Amino acid sequence: MPRVDRIAEPWGSRTPYGPGETWPTRVDSYLAGGLTEDDVDRWVQSATILHSNGDGLDIAVKDGRIVGVRGREVDRVNHGRLGPKDLFGWQANNSPDRLTKPLIRENERLVETDWDTAMNAVVGRAKELLEEQGPSAISFYTTGQLFLEEYYTLGLIAHGGIGTNHVDGNTRLCTATAAAALKETFASDGQPGSYTDVDHADVIALYGHNMAETQTVLWTRVLDRLAGQNPPKVICVDPRLTPVARAATVHLAPRPGTNVMLMNALLHEIIRNGWIDRAYVDAHTVGFDELEKQVADYSPEVAAEVCDVPADQIREAARILGSAERLLSTVLQGFYQSHQATAAAVQVNNINVVRGMLGKPGCGVLQMNGQPTAQNTREAGADGDLPAFRNWSNDSHIQELAKVWNIEPMQIPHYAPPTHAMQMFRYAEEGSVRFMYVTATNPAVSLPELERIRAILAQERLFLVVQDIFLSETAHLADVVLPAATWGEKTGTFTNVDRTVHLSEKAVEPPGEARADLDILIDFAHRLGLKDKDGQPLVKWSDPEGAFEGWKECSRGRPCDYSAMTYDKLRGGSGIQWPCTDEHPDGTERIYTDGQFWSEPSYCESYGRDLVTGAPVSETEYKALNPTGNAVIKAAEYLPPHELPSEDYPFQLITGRTLYHFHTRTKTARAPQLQAAAPEVWVEMSASDAADRSFAEGDLLEVSTPRGRVQARLRISGVRPGVLFLPFHYGYWDEPGEHEPAGTEGRAANELTITEWDPASKQPIFKTAAAQATRLESTSGVPSSAPTTTGSRPVTGSVPETRGGTAAEAVETLAAEEIR
Amino acid sequence: MKLHLAIEELHRSEKHLVHVLLGMSDRHKAEHEVFHVTRDLARWSTDHVRDLAAIGQLYGLDLDQETGGEPGALERLQQAASDLFGRRPESGLLLLADLRHLYREASGVSLDWELLAQVAQGARKQDLLKLAERCHPETLRQARWANGKLKEAATQALVS
Repeated sequence: MPRVDRIAEPWGSRTPYGPGETWPTRVDSYLAGGLTEDDVDRWVQSATILHSNGDGLDIAVKDGRIVGVRGREVDRVNHGRLGPKDLFGWQANNSPDRLTKPLIRENERLVETDWDTAMNAVVGRAKELLEEQGPSAISFYTTGQLFLEEYYTLGLIAHGGIGTNHVDGNTRLCTATAAAALKETFASDGQPGSYTDVDHADVIALYGHNMAETQTVLWTRVLDRLAGQNPPKVICVDPRLTPVARAATVHLAPRPGTNVMLMNALLHEIIRNGWIDRAYVDAHTVGFDELEKQVADYSPEVAAEVCDVPADQIREAARILGSAERLLSTVLQGFYQSHQATAAAVQVNNINVVRGMLGKPGCGVLQMNGQPTAQNTREAGADGDLPAFRNWSNDSHIQELAKVWNIEPMQIPHYAPPTHAMQMFRYAEEGSVRFMYVTATNPAVSLPELERIRAILAQERLFLVVQDIFLSETAHLADVVLPAATWGEKTGTFTNVDRTVHLSEKAVEPPGEARADLDILIDFAHRLGLKDKDGQPLVKWSDPEGAFEGWKECSRGRPCDYSAMTYDKLRGGSGIQWPCTDEHPDGTERIYTDGQFWSEPSYCESYGRDLVTGAPVSETEYKALNPTGNAVIKAAEYLPPHELPSEDYPFQLITGRTLYHFHTRTKTARAPQLQAAAPEVWVEMSASDAADRSFAEGDLLEVSTPRGRVQARLRISGVRPGVLFLPFHYGYWDEPGEHEPAGTEGRAANELTITEWDPASKQPIFKTAAAQATRLESTSGVPSSAPTTTGSRPVTGSVPETRGGTAAEAVETLAAEEIR
Repeated sequence: MKLHLAIEELHRSEKHLVHVLLGMSDRHKAEHEVFHVTRDLARWSTDHVRDLAAIGQLYGLDLDQETGGEPGALERLQQAASDLFGRRPESGLLLLADLRHLYREASGVSLDWELLAQVAQGARKQDLLKLAERCHPETLRQARWANGKLKEAATQALVS
C-alpha cells in the first residue's frame, strides 16, 4: 500500500475523472506508532472536525485510546479521503494538557475544584443577576465546534428558559455572511449547492475562497477533475497567489475592500452581453431591473481603476462566467471577512441566479462555512437566529416554537434580532452584560482588537465561564473553567456545508472528570430550575439521541427538516443530506430545483436587510417586494473601505489561515506533524514591496496598526503589492505570556485588526486594516518557517520545502480498478 | 412659483442632516457600527447637498456645495471622550436619544423630498423629479436605519 508524506503532499495522489463520472474512491488512513489495522480493537464511526468539509471517517481505538483514523469509502462527501488535519489532528485528544478538573478563581488564581462547587458558583451568579437585572445581564458565546444536540439544548436554555436575546457563536466570525447572503437572495438559510456539483461543473468560480487550504478534500475533488478529461475552467478572486490561484484559468487579485466593485463589474459585463437566462429571471426572481440599473455604471474600466485589476482580465472572467453551461460558485472569508461582506457575497448569488444556474447538476452556489458544525449553530438557533430557520419577526413562527418548547411565546425574546457577538462584547464593555458563558471558543485570540477584548473579558464586573478542553487564552481570564469532552469522547451529529449530516459516535472516555458539553448544559438548566409552562423541566432529554429526537420535531416542516432521520439511519453508510422527510426519506441532494424557493413571506426565515445600512426590511415591505416566493435579486453600490492606507500606515493588512492549523491552534499545535509544518507566525509581503525596502526573506519585521504591534518573520510570497498577510492562528497559550503578549510586542494577528463589522451580517472585518511594516533585525539568509506548499509559498531564494518525513506518512488505498 | 423655496429648504435640511449624522458618529465612537454607518449615511446627504446646489443654479439659487464634512479638533475631542465614557451603561441611553433625534430629522428631510417631488410634478420639471426619485429612497433608508437601530438598542438600554 502506497505511503505518502501528507504534510509535503496535502492533497495526496490524483485519481483523475471526467465530467459526470463518479469520483473514484481513495481511502486514506493514519495509525500512530507503527500500528497496523490488525492492531486496532474497534473502529468507531464519525466525521472530520478541523474544517467544515464534513468528511466521513472511522476512529481507530486500541486499549481504550484513540490511535488513528481512516476515511470512510462509502461516504458521499470524501469517498475515503482525509486531509492532513484529519490524519494527524486527533492526537490532540490524548494531550497531557487536557483539562481534567473544573477550575475556580480564588485570590486571583484559578485553582482546581469539584463539579458541585464549580456549577454552584456558575448557577449562583446567574440567579443573582437574573434577580437583580433580569435576562439582559446574561449572555452565551458559543462556537462552530459543538454538536447539533448541544446547540439545540443551549438555544432552548438561553432563548426559551432564561429568555435572553444574547446568544451567538464564533460562527459570527466565520459563517455569518454565508447565512446572511443566503437569507438575502433566498430569504432563508440553506445551501443551494451540493459537493457533487464539482463532478459536473464546466466552470468553478472561487470568490475569496482558498479551498485548497480550508477544505482540502473538496479541493482534491477539484484537482482530480482538473487532471481528468474535459477539465473545468477555474476562476479565482484572491489577493494572494494561493494554490487555487495557481490552478486558475483567470486569477483576479483585487485590492482588499473592493469586492463589490469587482462583482458589479462582472455583473455589468454579463448583463451587457446578454449572458442571462431571461425566462428564468422573469419566472423565478424579483429585483432584476434594480440590479441592471445599479451595475450600469460599473464598467470593467471603472473597476480596473478601483480594484487595480486589468479590465481585460475582468472581461475574460465575465466571458467565462457568462458562457458557462454548468457554473459552480463558492465563497469564503476573502468576501465574508472583508468590507461590504454581505453585499459582495450576494452578488455571487446574483450571477448564478441571473444565469438560471441553480438546482441542477453542476449548477450551484456554496456559501461556505469555516467550522465543522457552524451549519448547526445556525440551524439549531445557537447563533443570532431562532431554531429551524424561524423568523424572529414573524409572530406565528414564535408561537410555533413556543408550542414545541411548551412555553409562553412572550418568554422567547423576539422584539429585535438576536444580539450578535460583537454587540454582546460591546454590552459587556459598557457593563450591562455581566455574565458570559463561553463554550468551545477562544475570543481572546480570535476576535479583532485583542487589547480591547482582553480588557472586556478581564473586568471584575463580568462573570466569565469558559467551557473548553484546554486552558486557552480565554480560559486564563475566566472565573470558572469547566472541563469538556471533545470529538471522539461524546456522541452527536453535525452537518457540513452541503447539508450532509453525519453521526459522530463516542469512541473513548474523556480524560479525568471532563464531561460532554451536553451533560454540562443540561446540568446547568436543571440547577437553574428552568421549567416549561406546566412546571416540568424545560430540557426534557438526558442524552444526545433524546436531544436529536427533540430537534427533529422542532425542524419538522421547516427547510432544514430532519424529521425522517434517525441515529440508526446515520449508522453504517454515508452521511445524509437534509431535508430528510417521510417524502424524501434518503435526504435531498439538491434544493431550489425548478426555481422553487423557501422565500414565501409566511414561510421565509428572513425578510432581509438593507445591504449598506443593515436595517431590517419590514414584513410589509417584503410582502410588497416578493409576494409569491421568488428569489430576490439585490443590488448594492460600492462604498470605499473605512480604514484606508495613509502615509503612516501604507499597507493594507489581511489576516487569514494556513492549511496546517485550525483556529487558535489549541488542537493542531498539539499534533506534532501539523505544528512542525507551520511552527511560528509569519508575515507575507510581495517581492516588489520587499525590494523597495531592501527586506529579505526571513527578516524579523514589526507590523503595526493604530491598535497594536506584532513581530513576525518575513515570507516573500505571491501576495499582491501593497498588501500584508498575517495568519491569525498564533496566540499565547504556548508562549510566556500565557494569555497575552509577554512584552510590548505580540504575535496574534488580531492585536492589529480593527473593531468593525459588516452592517448586514454583523461579521467582523479582518481584511482591510491599514498597517505599517518595519524591520527589527535582518537574518543572514535564514528563511521564515512558513509552509512552502500553500499560499505562503516563497517566490524568492532557496527556501527548503515543507516536508513531514516518515512521521507524516499516511496510507492511501486506491479502488482496485483505479490502480494504473 | 415657489420652486426655489422647496429646493432651498431641502438644501438646508440635508445640510443639517449631515451635521446630525457626523455629530452622532463623533459622540458614539465606542459604538463601532454607529460610528461607521452614520459616516456612510452622511455621504448620501453630502451628495444630495451637492446635487441640490447644482440644480439650484438652474432656478436662480446660489447654494453652498460643501457641508464642511471632515472632523475638526472639537469632533476629535468628542471621539476621544466617547471612547473614554463608552464603558458606562448610560452611553446606551445617550445613543437612544440620538437615534430618536436622527429618525425625526431624517423623516423631516423625507417629507421635504416629497414636497419637492410634488412641486416638480405640478410644475412639470423633469430634472427635479428625477433628482427626488434618486435621492428620496436614500433618505428613507437613513430613517429606517435609525428606526431599526433604535428598536435593537432600546431593550438593553432600558431594561438593564
